[in-house]
Amino acid sequence: MTLALSKRNRLRQFLVLSPPLLWTVLFMFAPYTILVVYSFWRAQFPLAVPDFQFGNYIEIFTDPQYARVLLRTAKIAGLVSLLALLLAFPYAYFLAFKVRKPGLRLTLYMAVVAPLWVSYLLRAYTWKTILGTEGLLNSFLMSTGILSEPSSVFLYNQTAMVVTLTYVFIPFMVMPIYAALEKIPPNLIEASGDLGEGAIATFARITVPLAMPGIVAGFTMTFCLSFGDFISPILVGGPDGLMIANVIAAQFGAALNWPLGSALALVMLVIVLGIITASDRFERLGQARLS
Amino acid sequence: MTALETSVPAITAVRSTSRKPRRWGASLGWGLAIGTVLAFLYVPIAVLVLFSFNTSRSLSWPMEGLTLDWYRTLAGNEQLIEAVGNSFYVATCSTILTLLIGVPAALALDRLSFPGKSAFRKLVLLPIALPGIITGISMLILFRMVGFTLSLETVIIGHATALLAVVVTQVYARLQRLPRSYEEASADLGANGLQTFFLVTLPNIRSSVIGAGLLSFTLSFDEIPVTFFLTGRDNTLPMYIWSTMRRGLTPEINAVGALIVAFSAVLIVLSVILMRDKPGAR
Repeated sequence: MTLALSKRNRLRQFLVLSPPLLWTVLFMFAPYTILVVYSFWRAQFPLAVPDFQFGNYIEIFTDPQYARVLLRTAKIAGLVSLLALLLAFPYAYFLAFKVRKPGLRLTLYMAVVAPLWVSYLLRAYTWKTILGTEGLLNSFLMSTGILSEPSSVFLYNQTAMVVTLTYVFIPFMVMPIYAALEKIPPNLIEASGDLGEGAIATFARITVPLAMPGIVAGFTMTFCLSFGDFISPILVGGPDGLMIANVIAAQFGAALNWPLGSALALVMLVIVLGIITASDRFERLGQARLS
Repeated sequence: MTALETSVPAITAVRSTSRKPRRWGASLGWGLAIGTVLAFLYVPIAVLVLFSFNTSRSLSWPMEGLTLDWYRTLAGNEQLIEAVGNSFYVATCSTILTLLIGVPAALALDRLSFPGKSAFRKLVLLPIALPGIITGISMLILFRMVGFTLSLETVIIGHATALLAVVVTQVYARLQRLPRSYEEASADLGANGLQTFFLVTLPNIRSSVIGAGLLSFTLSFDEIPVTFFLTGRDNTLPMYIWSTMRRGLTPEINAVGALIVAFSAVLIVLSVILMRDKPGAR
């Protein structure tokens, strides 16, 4: 009886497990493996030939243009995360501690999450129409007399990209910070006050450390998403705004060097995974310290 | 820590009644901070919608007049209508696929133990943080090697894979809150595995499955990085908009945008209503 039951159980396990397992092996494990293999191939007409050589990696690490693009991408992604944090933290703090009506809290929370449901492309596009030479900002500044002629300083530069990417990815910053702040028991903050700490000291020594896991998670998400973006740079970035994903996309398009593109994608993958692992470790460290 | 929590509520009650009179400087500061974020989020969307009614071709202020012409142009744009159809096809198929794979995956992660489980979890959840471009190009190389022709179907496979992480995280979170005793009781009462799943487990995780499905649908409808690399000659709506944008900006794009905003708003309201757990479900 027990034997028959455990056999049935095992069959059931197998039936539950096999579709997702098969899918992940076929469409996740296999492509990532092939990506690694491909990065050692050589580009040759019409596309690439099998090989095992480090030429693609050597090119990436010796040609300074790749390092420049990587640094620029990291800088922009860092600025985006910072700006998003500066906007998101007060907002999340207000939601968690200052709003007393649950209905209002839900509405304000949804107000931040809702734009995620609106096309990403259109959200980036609307900034192009706002910042352009004939755009809203220019015509507004001219009609108020601040500018006498349209200025091209707003669009096609890194500032435009930072603003656009912050706009697109800010929900990913608000969500984890709010989740972390919401978990802080209000009596901890009151206890700190009762024990004679001022509001600023309480904020710096209680609230911020306890919110840190959320801040780190939000920073990681925003950074990684901006790091891999290749749409906004084309729409609002201009010549000095190309990011690493654009260079990768170009290898699979006009530049037609798939092996080099694969190697670049792997470099990007390692960076992103490194950041995620570091933030994971940090979060676990924080949890261990708290408990 | 727990001792602290249990002893404090009485004090909390006293303190919250004797709240200090709010300084209005502070409220002004908060108002400004919240207002800035909300304006930052919604002025661009308002601009997008507003300019879809602009009489002039250019997108500058002040608007010259109001018109519905751009919507009329849309109705006659066959390429656009075909792209919308393609997007519905892709989003529907990839949502169904990703639910069919993602719900069992979440079940397996929550209820089963098997060798390689942690590697499986890492692999499934990877795309949520991974730039879409990596999923896109790695699948492109795979399809190229196997000799698949790129089409809407390859896009569907790509979307289903990229969205798997969304479904798994949402359903897994719900499963964790679901007591196992329900399923044990069901088994004790003689139900077999399938009956237990369809009559006990699924009704209890229904809201998360629907929520994940709606979210997957929207994300797929809107997806660019994966579609960019995996599509053949057919365009999805975002790809069509993308190619139009590169030719020039017209209020016609704004009109498409306004319709998408309206459509998304309906979906958001729908998901909020559907995802609200019934009081007893927690």
